[in-house]
Amino acid sequence: MRPQAAALYRMLTLRHWTERLFKIAAVATLVIVLATLAALLLDAVIDGAGRLSWQFLTSFPSRKPEEAGILAALVGTTYLMILTAVVAVPVGVGAAIYLEEYAKKGWFSRVVEVNIANLAGVPSIIYGLLGLELFVRAMGLDRSLLAGALTMALLVLPIIIIAGREALRAVPPSIREASYALGASRWQTIRYQVLSLAFPGILTGSILALSRAIGEAAPLITMGALTYIAFLPDGLLAPFTVLPIQIFNWVSRPQKGFFAAAAAGIIVLLVVLLLMNALAVYLRQRYQRRLYL
Amino acid sequence: MLLRARRKRVGERALQLGFFLCGALSLLTTFGIVAVLIFETVEFFAEVSLLEFLTDTQWTPLFAQKHFGILPLLSGTFLTSAIAILVAMPVGLVCAIYLSEFAPEPVRRMTKPVLEVLAGIPTVVYGYFALLFVTPLLQTFVPSLSGFNALAPGMVMGIMIIPLISSLSEDAMYAVPQSLREAAHALGASRLQVALRVVVPAAFSGIAAAFLLAVSRAIGETMIVAIAAGQQPRLTLNPLVPVETMTAYIVQVSLGDTPTGTLEYRTIFAVGTMLFFSTLILNLFSRSLRERIRERYE
Repeated sequence: MRPQAAALYRMLTLRHWTERLFKIAAVATLVIVLATLAALLLDAVIDGAGRLSWQFLTSFPSRKPEEAGILAALVGTTYLMILTAVVAVPVGVGAAIYLEEYAKKGWFSRVVEVNIANLAGVPSIIYGLLGLELFVRAMGLDRSLLAGALTMALLVLPIIIIAGREALRAVPPSIREASYALGASRWQTIRYQVLSLAFPGILTGSILALSRAIGEAAPLITMGALTYIAFLPDGLLAPFTVLPIQIFNWVSRPQKGFFAAAAAGIIVLLVVLLLMNALAVYLRQRYQRRLYL
Repeated sequence: MLLRARRKRVGERALQLGFFLCGALSLLTTFGIVAVLIFETVEFFAEVSLLEFLTDTQWTPLFAQKHFGILPLLSGTFLTSAIAILVAMPVGLVCAIYLSEFAPEPVRRMTKPVLEVLAGIPTVVYGYFALLFVTPLLQTFVPSLSGFNALAPGMVMGIMIIPLISSLSEDAMYAVPQSLREAAHALGASRLQVALRVVVPAAFSGIAAAFLLAVSRAIGETMIVAIAAGQQPRLTLNPLVPVETMTAYIVQVSLGDTPTGTLEYRTIFAVGTMLFFSTLILNLFSRSLRERIRERYE
């Protein structure tokens, strides 16, 4: 009896320590991952902070690293995102409304659903090939702001649709039934009841989808967006560049001086992203509070 | 009165049609992608034989001496993706097991959004990090590492993919019924034993789905490898030398001014077709695995 008890005791101690060890290893792994994240952000801030200045924000790119600025890319990103939102949000919300409020559960809505999920997984560079052939060549839009925005709109559409559907699904059916009971038509119910309740969710989802698009360089490079632009786009058909492309361009130059400009560009890009995410969080909280009053 | 009701009905119909068209646009997008890729790829194969494309060991469409063998691009893509998965899979799984089975609720609530930040950082930023931070750091340990290589971008890509693996695996583990855990505990299993021998096997299809999706993401990732892996198509599995992936090649051609309609221009669509169908198959497979786990436990 005694040797067995000793063996059992040994086994339990071993088990106890392996579990301890696993926990320590797991926490260490998590800490390493978070430290990498911190290193990544710090690295860019340290490299770029010295380069960041009002001059950097208000200058065009230059062949001289110390004179190069990010104005064209900053303005290009702003225009591109506004245009993308104008195209993608209405269509995305429309598709979400169709799938949630109108579509019968049949093979068609099933096909659309699977298709949207798959589109969300298509590599972004493939959208660039589609934009190149369809908008740049077939529709003759050239490498313009409009062609870029349409390409980006197709890229974010699946994300907006998915977010929109979630927001619509969160509206309780009783709201719709009450509206119908008062004699409202389907569209009246959607417009005055469902959409106004789902609005904060849709808004946050759309902003988050756009903040995904803002960091994308691959599809725009593929459709032919320029990397060196020393003027501001003056219309829908003007050539343009965006922040990630400008950063890519500076990183791939052989001169070391441009690396600091790239790091400063990264800081600007991250700040823009942070602002968009903060806006999304703020809007969600503000509207939610008002709705439940 | 009747007229107004009628007009209203017509309006309702029109709106419904409009929403339907928005939904149909997503189908058209898929159709457009496939049509564009197939069209240009067929034109490409009118000039280059499929056999050469699949077996030639050199990829030099932009040189005078042209070779159209996709193997070097495939090996570059495979190499960077494999390194990324080797980093992301163990780390992501350990994080998922810890967060799902061990972590106290506050830790879990705080860690998840921070991990999500990793997935939200633009890929050019990762590219910068790989080229100017990770590569020099690795060079102090491995002096033979060249300035452009597969190792650094692969590792950085792995970091980017960690949240994808950990959150999908965690969802799968979370879906495992509590009764299975309780049964194992009743039989005397420790928490670690329950996690590794009950929860992980029960969530296996979900973890496999996360793996496939991660591979698909790694194959399609563009900017990290375009910045830090170099642009030299090379049939090798050596992680220390410059390579070129399929995505990086598309970027390389797009940056130059290759005239449209030429054979060089069509190569990016042929490569794109390869890329699209490999990721599509992985995505579909991953989705079917996730549906299976949902059917089993819900």
